[in-house]
Amino acid sequence: MTSFRLDGRPVPFVPGQTLGAALVAAGRTSWRTTRNEGRPRGIFCGIGVCFDCLLTVDGVPDQRACQVLATEDLEVGTQEGERRAP
Amino acid sequence: MRPETLRDGTVDVAVVGAGPAGLAAAAVALLGGLTVALVDAGQELGGQFWRRPPEGSAVDPGDDLHHDLATYRSLAGTVRSAARDGRCRLLPGHHVWTAVAPPATAPGERPQGPLPLHLLDRSSGPGRERTLRLDARHVVLATGAYDRPLPFPGWDLPGVYTAGGLQALLKGGGVRAGSRVVVGGTGPFLLPVATGLAARGASVVVCEANDPRRWACGAGAALGLPGKLVEGAGYAAALVRHRVPVLLRHAVTAAHGTDRVEAVTISRLDASGGIVPGSDRRVEADAVGTGWGFVPQLDLAVTLGADLVASWDGNRVVRVDEWQRTSVPGLSAAGEVCGVGGAQLAVREGQLAAEGVLRDLGRPSVTGERGLARVRGAVARHRRFAAAMAHAHPVPEGWTAWVDDATTVCRCEEVCAGQVRRAVADGAVGVRQVKQLTRAGMGWCQGRMCAPAVAGLAGPGEGEVAERLVATPVPLGALARGNGSPPHTLSRPAPEEKV
Amino acid sequence: MRVVVVGAGIVGASCALAAARAGCEVVVLDRGQVGAGTTSRGEGNVLVSDKEPGPELDLALVSRTVWGRWAEELGADALEFEPKGGVVVATAAEALTPLGELVAGQEAAGVVAHAAGPDDLRGLEPHLAPDLPGGYHYPQDAQVQPVLAAATILAAAVRLGARHRPATEVVGARRSTDGALQAVLCADGSEVAADAVVNAAGTWGGQVGERLGAPVPVLPRKGYVLVTQPVPALVHHKVYSADYVANVAASTEGLETSCVVESTRGGTILIGASRERVGFDPAMEPSTVALLAAQAVRLFPVLERVQLMRVYRGFRPYCPDHLPVVGPDPRVPGVLHACGHEGAGVGLAPATGELVAAHLTGADPVATLGIDPRPFLPDRLLTGAGDATRTEDLT
Repeated sequence: MTSFRLDGRPVPFVPGQTLGAALVAAGRTSWRTTRNEGRPRGIFCGIGVCFDCLLTVDGVPDQRACQVLATEDLEVGTQEGERRAP
Repeated sequence: MRPETLRDGTVDVAVVGAGPAGLAAAAVALLGGLTVALVDAGQELGGQFWRRPPEGSAVDPGDDLHHDLATYRSLAGTVRSAARDGRCRLLPGHHVWTAVAPPATAPGERPQGPLPLHLLDRSSGPGRERTLRLDARHVVLATGAYDRPLPFPGWDLPGVYTAGGLQALLKGGGVRAGSRVVVGGTGPFLLPVATGLAARGASVVVCEANDPRRWACGAGAALGLPGKLVEGAGYAAALVRHRVPVLLRHAVTAAHGTDRVEAVTISRLDASGGIVPGSDRRVEADAVGTGWGFVPQLDLAVTLGADLVASWDGNRVVRVDEWQRTSVPGLSAAGEVCGVGGAQLAVREGQLAAEGVLRDLGRPSVTGERGLARVRGAVARHRRFAAAMAHAHPVPEGWTAWVDDATTVCRCEEVCAGQVRRAVADGAVGVRQVKQLTRAGMGWCQGRMCAPAVAGLAGPGEGEVAERLVATPVPLGALARGNGSPPHTLSRPAPEEKV
Repeated sequence: MRVVVVGAGIVGASCALAAARAGCEVVVLDRGQVGAGTTSRGEGNVLVSDKEPGPELDLALVSRTVWGRWAEELGADALEFEPKGGVVVATAAEALTPLGELVAGQEAAGVVAHAAGPDDLRGLEPHLAPDLPGGYHYPQDAQVQPVLAAATILAAAVRLGARHRPATEVVGARRSTDGALQAVLCADGSEVAADAVVNAAGTWGGQVGERLGAPVPVLPRKGYVLVTQPVPALVHHKVYSADYVANVAASTEGLETSCVVESTRGGTILIGASRERVGFDPAMEPSTVALLAAQAVRLFPVLERVQLMRVYRGFRPYCPDHLPVVGPDPRVPGVLHACGHEGAGVGLAPATGELVAAHLTGADPVATLGIDPRPFLPDRLLTGAGDATRTEDLT
């Protein structure tokens, strides 16, 4: 089965799914924490408007999981608080 | 859809948004012999209504999720075939981040030169975005709408989605977001979301905040639209078949859980939308969908200076004439940005918008005089129906009482209802001033998610439609690389494109 | 004395507080809400570093002192007052000499500035591009959140008895037969009795002046502020390139762009400010935005992947000689002006308020504030015919 990695662990996906869809299908509902209160966040609007579902894709932070198509061996990272050390 | 090879020349029409309205506008303009660029932030033709997995994908969500697929296939076929002939440029993964209307020489006059749209091309993936410019003689805005969420305690827990978010996961990714789902809010859109999930084995409860008797009031308007009644009856049958209870005058008033939603509180509402005391009950849920109608995506229309009017559902929408022309010369609009009325209305408005452009250019009509009369008749009926639906599905006045002071209102900046209420008590008026004093609406989504809630807590105030000159976030590096003269236009490949 | 202040921006609020403290009965009128005009469209700069020696710098230094005092009295948090300091960076070695000359003049006027070599720059701002030749650190530069500050200052005036009437547009003035001001007339038909009226209408100061029978040439200058997504603290001071200093005093037509980069409490980074004089055409030029982005990335390469989230657009009100107009109008008794602060209204507001209060009460601003009021008087802007250049209709 095709998969990408979230923080190094494989997440299976069906080609054509977004990262967000694949994560939800895998039972994962959150992959980011908020800046001020550290609250967990995942998909909310699902159509690219709310920016709740941000994660890091191949080292590029702040990508919307609901918009980026999953591809084989993509390295995806969760984002904590203020996203990352620059 | 794959991005079209870039070629020389200003296009006759740029259509922004490849949903029902945009697809129809593009198809009719192409049938009328014009050159078209069809821009969409998504990967695929169809927008939200006809959201589908990308071409060649192994995902198969099932055709039962869609209506009017024949229309979609016909419009998309016209567009794809023109793309192969080189008369249509498909620009998926491109977002118009801003647009500038050239100054008109005189009031109402057509401005000199084309309307430039400034695009952010995300089609090459994260970190490889670039900016470019698309010049078009006419622009049709068909940017659609997004869900209007309202806050309730716990609505920011993972597992709580907008109703449209649940639907997008299902339509685009074939993913059922939960096995015990509560869908709450108001409006006919809750029903296809519920039936789609129930058909895939989820146990679903619908909380409709309004009362069926209000539907009945508007039913007369539906008489001219048998298709709408059939569609409604289809959902009703599906709800019965899948044993989906629809609780009228009920709302999801809280979500519970620590790191994700585990249960919700469902409450019965009184006539003004207040919670009937003692009516709360707790229902286990692993996914929640919330939706209170839709908010038109007006960013570009506002940036371009188009006049707005009040719509049947209380939204501000773009003011258009009988050819879907806005107050800005060369700019038309179609679909939900002109009033939320569904895909069938949007398709016809897109048709009229393209016909208007053909007419302005002195080209013959594609639809013909009698066809246009039929389209106009259908537009009028669908608008009446939409108005009746909106009338039957208002946001209940009392919703703010469900929101305690600790409830997050602005998800991005984590501003709670108490902060908004304090700012209002201190004299702040309207969304804009509350934003400046509390940061509600200043974050990533730029208030798209919280503005309806802030308006409800604070009153709309002046300038109730936010001006968002930047319609989508743009990496500074992409802007910096695009800096300098001449700009990277679609007619002039940028240096890095050759690499 | 009954004083009407027209304009509830940062300047109007400051005038209201200073006048109320001086014992005046103050009414603040604004056609909109607190700080909804140019005040809400800027970064909240309290800068001394960007000014050449002269009257504006003198006013800015006094203003900086008053900002510090108000922060103590009203609460630094209530103003989001941050004495973060400024760093002016030469983007090319050739700029170091003229920059040094400017600094020498500023120091003579009372500005504190420390030379910073490439290593010092890295210590001050670790994310600056490594090839920058040097610059200066200005510890006096500060920042406030302008709308919050205007609201807080106005609230302080209200506690002293001032009245605030938002959403009230001023349309004219009523005078007695001998020309004495009697009342200010509002669009809703109401009148506010007044012995003096302060035109603190910012960009609309020209129009309000006309309505009061005292036109002054206040012109709009377009400005943008770019706001990025929230990021961790990358930028610690207000950092700008030395060519910005030259641009402030420039009065040539056309595009003059430079960039100022800073972080906010909310985590966003602000990138300003283009200075483009193009009347009130509300269009935004993406080329200007791109230029600012390029300049910011030049200073801080780390911004390359940071995303632009919004653009504030506003109009900076300025007078032909780039000094604000503060003081009594010689043509019309009872009318005082306090507008035309260009991009420095927030920084200059407290001293402007104190200066207006001195004019109202007849105090000597040289003795009480250490400000020579003469360079700011409206007289300098009036033509021989006693009539100022007619400003555009701004409605």
